[in-house]
Amino acid sequence: MAKIIVVTSGKGGVGKTTTSASFATGLALRGHKTVVIDFDVGLRNLDLIMGCERRVVFDFVNVITKEANLKQALIKDKRIDNLYVLAASQTRDKDALSQAGVGRVLEELSEDFEYIICDSPAGIEKGALMAMYYADEAVVVTNPEVSSVRDSDRVLGILASKTQRAEKGERVKEHLVLTRYVPSRVAEGEMLSVEDVCEILAIDLLGVIPESEDVLNASNSGVPVVLNEESKPGLAYGDMVDRFLGEDRPHRFLEAEKKGFLNRLLGK
Amino acid sequence: MDWLKLFRGEERKGSASLAKERLQVIVAHQRHSGRDHPDYFPKLQKDLLRVIRKYVQVNEDAVNIGIERDGELEVLELNITLPEHK
Ligand SMILES: Nc1ncnc2c1ncn2[C@@H]1O[C@H](COP(=O)(O)OP(=O)(O)OP(=O)(O)O)[C@@H](O)[C@H]1O
Ligand SMILES: [Mg+2]
Repeated sequence: MAKIIVVTSGKGGVGKTTTSASFATGLALRGHKTVVIDFDVGLRNLDLIMGCERRVVFDFVNVITKEANLKQALIKDKRIDNLYVLAASQTRDKDALSQAGVGRVLEELSEDFEYIICDSPAGIEKGALMAMYYADEAVVVTNPEVSSVRDSDRVLGILASKTQRAEKGERVKEHLVLTRYVPSRVAEGEMLSVEDVCEILAIDLLGVIPESEDVLNASNSGVPVVLNEESKPGLAYGDMVDRFLGEDRPHRFLEAEKKGFLNRLLGK
Repeated sequence: MDWLKLFRGEERKGSASLAKERLQVIVAHQRHSGRDHPDYFPKLQKDLLRVIRKYVQVNEDAVNIGIERDGELEVLELNITLPEHK
């Protein structure tokens, strides 16, 4: 039986797709057969971040409507074994997703995969509800900023009431991933700290991903940033995956780099 | 600007602490009315309205329900506004 994990946030543009891509890639790198599904029907972009946009023939909606079978629609990653992508439809809208249809596809995937990562669209409407309904666990992606934290709290409420697990009186296990973190601004008192956000949301902290231009470079080239082990976000996503798998990893990149006197003189 | 504070090395209070205070209020409110809000509330509200209307003609928004928590105790609060007598 696969574990189904939704990557969700409420607020748009906080880093769900970036996180989904790196999370799935990291799990596959560590030997776990993983599929990542784009639930953002109509606005797909996971395929771009994963670098497989030219290989999309059939998509998630085609499988739901039985116009194609899973074997035809699953895109096998070229770089990493064990990693598959199920793209969203670009021409349909969220109404093409039915709860029963999504359930059937997830069940079929469960027979073959260890992890199913669901990249949720923004918002708390149908698309987002579909992405979370069957989830066993949730990764709530949050930016250290008031509206994002508030939306995350709303999403936690919805996870606790509108999911299959909630209906059965069980809990969806929640994890927090705080992204676009800028330690120097936190040090200046201008940005909510990781402690602040943890205190407010009160859920398990799975990772803190620093703000970095390496993320844009990664998406420009269609390579999930976790594969760039020379970048801070890449390493931070790697740690996140290890923690998810039960390893003990201290959080890194939380402190502003102190500029020494000499470095300052040298303009470094 | 309070120069003394700067000299004493006291931190100027950035906007992050304000953000945190505001969020604490918002989240407390949201959880009170959101996270544990029973799903049957909208239906209950509708049913109550129908029953009441058998006897008095009241407005759509005449029925208000909420949950008050007091420690372990939960109380269902019902507020029904009757039309004014002319
Ligand atoms: N750690 C980071 N540092 C810098 N930029 C980032 C970081 N994480 C994400 N971004 C940028 O933020 C933007 C939004 O990211 P992404 O598409 O992953 O968000 P999303 O939550 O999936 O958005 P949507 O709600 O539209 O689906 C992208 O341009 C991405 O490059
Ligand atoms: Mg996205």
